[in-house]
Order: sequence, then C-alpha cells, then structure tokens
Amino acid sequence: MARFLPRWAEVVELTRHRTLAFVRQPEAVFWVFAFPPVLAAVLGFAFQGGEPDPSIIGVVEASGAGAGPSSTLDPAAPAEAAAASWVARLEADERVQVRRFATRAEADRALRGGHVDALVLSVAPPELRLDPVRPEAEVARLRVLVALGASDPERLAIHELTERGSRYVDFLFPGLLGMSVMGTGLWSIGFAVADMRQRKVLKRMLVTPMRHSSFLASFVLSRMMFLAAELILIVGFGVWVLDVPLRATLLSFTVLCALGAFCFAAIGLLAVARVRTIEGISGVLNVVMLPMWIGSGVFFSYERFPEAIQPLLRALPLTALNDALRAAMIDGAELGQAAPELTIMLIWTVLPFFLALRIFRWA
Amino acid sequence: MDGLDLEVRRGTCVALLGPNGAGKTTTIEMLEGLLLPDAGTIEVLGRTWGTDPEGIRERIGVQLQETRLQEKVTVLETLRLFRSFYRRGSDLTSVLEAVGLTEKRDARVENLSGGQHQRLSLACALVSDPELLFLDEPTTGLDPQARRRVWEIVESFTAEGGTVLLTTHYMEEAERLADQVVIMDAGRVIAEGSPASVIGALHADSIVHLRPRDGFAERLARDVLLSLPGVAEVRREGAAFRLVVTDTQASVGALLGHLTTVGVELDSLQTHAPTLEDVFVALTGKHLRDG
Repeated sequence: MARFLPRWAEVVELTRHRTLAFVRQPEAVFWVFAFPPVLAAVLGFAFQGGEPDPSIIGVVEASGAGAGPSSTLDPAAPAEAAAASWVARLEADERVQVRRFATRAEADRALRGGHVDALVLSVAPPELRLDPVRPEAEVARLRVLVALGASDPERLAIHELTERGSRYVDFLFPGLLGMSVMGTGLWSIGFAVADMRQRKVLKRMLVTPMRHSSFLASFVLSRMMFLAAELILIVGFGVWVLDVPLRATLLSFTVLCALGAFCFAAIGLLAVARVRTIEGISGVLNVVMLPMWIGSGVFFSYERFPEAIQPLLRALPLTALNDALRAAMIDGAELGQAAPELTIMLIWTVLPFFLALRIFRWA
Repeated sequence: MDGLDLEVRRGTCVALLGPNGAGKTTTIEMLEGLLLPDAGTIEVLGRTWGTDPEGIRERIGVQLQETRLQEKVTVLETLRLFRSFYRRGSDLTSVLEAVGLTEKRDARVENLSGGQHQRLSLACALVSDPELLFLDEPTTGLDPQARRRVWEIVESFTAEGGTVLLTTHYMEEAERLADQVVIMDAGRVIAEGSPASVIGALHADSIVHLRPRDGFAERLARDVLLSLPGVAEVRREGAAFRLVVTDTQASVGALLGHLTTVGVELDSLQTHAPTLEDVFVALTGKHLRDG
C-alpha cells in the first residue's frame, strides 16, 4: 500500500522542475498572473456603476407632424397639450432621458432594436409601448408613471411589444457572430501559415514555380467555404432557435459577413507574416483579439467605456463589424447605411494585406 | 563561405562532402535560389536567378534538409500538390513506382516511416521530371536499408541522364554516388575530384587501426612508429593509433615485430583501403562526424 504514496525527494524535484518550466515561459506567466487582474480592472471600470442609468424614453416630435394618421385626426387640442406637458414632465425627471424621433416609424424601430426602453406616444388613447421581457422596460414603466404623476395612469394605455429585437440575446448574438468570424479568420490563417513555416513546407514551396498569389488565394477561397458553413450553423441557430431577428436582406447580410471575413483574413495574414512557430502565432493572436473581445461591444456596449476612448474602440475592426451586424439584424439596415463601418473594415483589409505581402517571411 | 568555385557537368553527380557547419547547406541553398550570395555569380542550367528564376524553377527538383510534409494528407495527395506547381512533369503513378511507394499511395504522411517520408520528399522533387536534382542530406537519419533504397533511386536518375548535386556527411554516400566529390570544411573547399583521384592523392596503400590493450598504449611512441618502413603518418585517437601506410605488407610486418619487441598486447589490429574519411582526416585532423 505504501508504495503508492509519493516520495519526498522526487516530489521536491518534480515540483521544482514543473515550476521552472512554467515560469520560464513568458506567455504562460502573462495568462496566469497579468491577465486576470488586468481583465478585472478593465471590466470593473466599465461596470463601475454609481448612479443607476436613466431610462431612455422615446417620444415622437410634438405637433403630430410625423406621428401618423391617428394624431392628425385627433381633434382634442387638450390631448396634444397634455402630450406636450407629459414630455415636459418626463424631461424634468432626472431618472428619465427623453429621446425625440421625427417619425413614428423611427421610434418603433428604435424600440424594437433596444435603443430606447419605452415609447410614450401621444396617440388616441395615449400609449406607453414597451417590451415586457426586458427588465429595463419595467423600470421605465414605473419611472414614467411616477414622472407623469398618479393621476394619469388610467388615461395611459400600455401596449406590449411582441416583435423581438430588444432582448439581451438580440444584442449579444450579432456580437457573438462577429467574434466568431474574427476568431475563425485569424486562427485558420494564422495557425496554418505558422505551421507550414515551422515545418519548412513554405520554404519547400519557394523553390517551385508556385506563384505567391496562388498560395494566398487558396487561403481566401478555403476561408470563404468555411464561412458559408459557419454562417449557416450560427445564424441558423440564432434565427430559428433563439428567435433573433434577421431584418436585412439575405444578400446584404451575407456580403457584410464576407467583408468581415476578408478583413480578418488580411489581419491574420499580417499577424503571421513573420512568426516562426505555433506558440508565437498563438501569442500574437491572443494579444490581437483580447482588446476586441472586451472593447468591441461583443458582450456589452462599448458605451460603458469612457467617452474619451470610444472613438478608438469604434475604429477597431470587430467593433465596426459588430455595429454593422447589429444594424443589419436588429434594425434591418442595408449595406448602404453601414458606410462608416464598411469603410473602417475596408481600411483594415487593404492596409494589413499589403503590409503583410511586403514583410512576409517565406523561408 | 570563403571563395567557392564549383562546376557541375550535365549527367554527372557531384557530392559536397563535409561535416556539419562546413557550408554545404549554405552552398546548395544559394544554388537553389533560397539565399543571395554576397559576392560572385551563380548560373544554373545556363540561366541566372536574376534573369530567369522561373525557367530555373521549372527545371530543377529540390529536396530540402528538414521538410516535414503535411501529416494529415496522403502520399498521393502530397505528390499531386507538388505536381500542380509545374507545367510539365511525370505522371504520379510512375513517380510512386520509381521511389517504391506504390502500396503507400493512400497512406497518410503521419503514418510513414522515416525512410518512406524521405522517399516521398524525393518523389516530390522528381515529380516535375527535372533536369537537375538538388538533394540536401538525403539519407541523414535513415537506417542502412532505407539509405540504400535512396541511393538506388538517385542512381537510376543519373542513369537516365539527370544531373545531381547533393550534400552529405557520409563518405560511403559520396563514394557510391558521386562522379565528383568536393570536400568542404569551414566554408572552404579543401579537395575536389573524382573519389578515386582524391583518395589517390593520399598516396596511401591502406590505413591501419591499432588498439593496444589497456595500459599498453604508453609503450608506443609516435616518432618510433613513424620510423617504421612504409609508415607515412601516425595519429593517436584516444587509446588507439591510426597509421597512414604506403606499403601495407612491409609496414604491418614491421609493426607486429615492434609490438613484440616492446611487449605490447593488442586488443585489435585492422586495416582498410583508404576512404574519403581518411582524406578528410589527413587534410583537417578532424573526422567528418565531428562537425
């Protein structure tokens, strides 16, 4: 029985050996000791709290100019005056933040996309529209009722939204999709090239008449094939099982995803351009992806970060992709409406690609 | 590299022979267009790398020193990939046959033995039906049988008119395959010519290895041994002695007599015909395998 117990001398040496092997790997040390506190600091900063966020209430511009047929028919001047006084009372309440929309359609879209927590509409009868699934909507309802005073509740109809799009999962899903496109793009190229370089297969190909452009094209093509499968699986699951909306046209959406894939393929190529080993590329890609996992609005909006760094965050390729994906899926935006995000992604495709070609280490 | 002049005639096999670090790989990689020389000119098949790199690449086959091919693909799939890079080449089946991998055509690279992997590399070099073959240490790490199979493939290539330039640190390889051997050490050429002429320049009839029994080595003195008839050079290698001898019969006789005189008991006495290894030792004082 005793021969199964550990022996002291060898335990000491084994432990020492293990510890030395570990601490002499800078990457391992980073992940275990440096990364967790940094992550805690960054997330803690973003989620600092302080005062509770105000509820964002959407209203359609007064005078009913764009509010739809029902309000132009509304003969009751008192109703409109009442509406104006509600808006004034809402604005006066510091727990409520009023956002004005020019048309009813815009306001509805904003509610569906989770950009506002509830709408107060001066239709007949006047209406509070919200999605009861969201906790923010419940808070908004209570605050609106308080702001408007107890006398008005009977006259305020509460209309519950049934169309999806403002739940957390509706926010999260496009972010996850973007993150997946990024991950697959960076890893499939980075890993494959680093592996070929480490095996000296790249060098072996260099002595043949193979064109360099053929080599690169093969990566792009195979990536596109994997992308098709990836999209079908992930988006299929999101749309059919989780009921996440996909409101843009399929063509628009697919082109957007393809552009995203190209973008990260180029970045992956740049990342691996001079890296010699699998360990090396693994380190580089983690450094590249980490800020984007945290700051690109995958799990929570980058608006939680200080105003000062938000422009930097929005310039990141994953942020651009996520913003465009969200707009496409939740708000139904077509490609043309995502011009700023597409431009950012384009820059992150073209510059890394040409730089990579320049510095690529073949041998 | 320090002043290398090299000429390889069509239809011949030239071996660069030298220990590790001699500059063999550097030389062959410059010829393959992988490295740029600091000075001098390189001409391959009548073309230079600066003027017609594509023309050269289409006509040469290369086996690099440490390529580990993609493991999850099969032998045939690997060969097909390399064949696709060339406008002209052999058909895959005949190349597989030439290297003896026909039964392994559908085996994954990860399941090949060392010798089979090396023959696959050779097949990838041969698949374009090249005029000129560059082989960098083609049999390093292989067992003798695998090594012989590789030699047979190279010999049939030259028999059909192909030209070969190979590097090696195995003298048997150079002796068997090469029409011309170029012996290198520390970036310089120290001897060249056919194996026979290079060995002949030693003017040695044979090499004698003498190992006295423990404790008896001290009774033998270098200058005394040198004075024996036909002994041209004496080297002490640990507990053994290595003699370069110009007349085997006379020397060995005198040597055995001398051993009896000083009362030395022998562990072993061996003679062999001089080899390229012996040439290398004579020129540098080191063995090929010392690196």
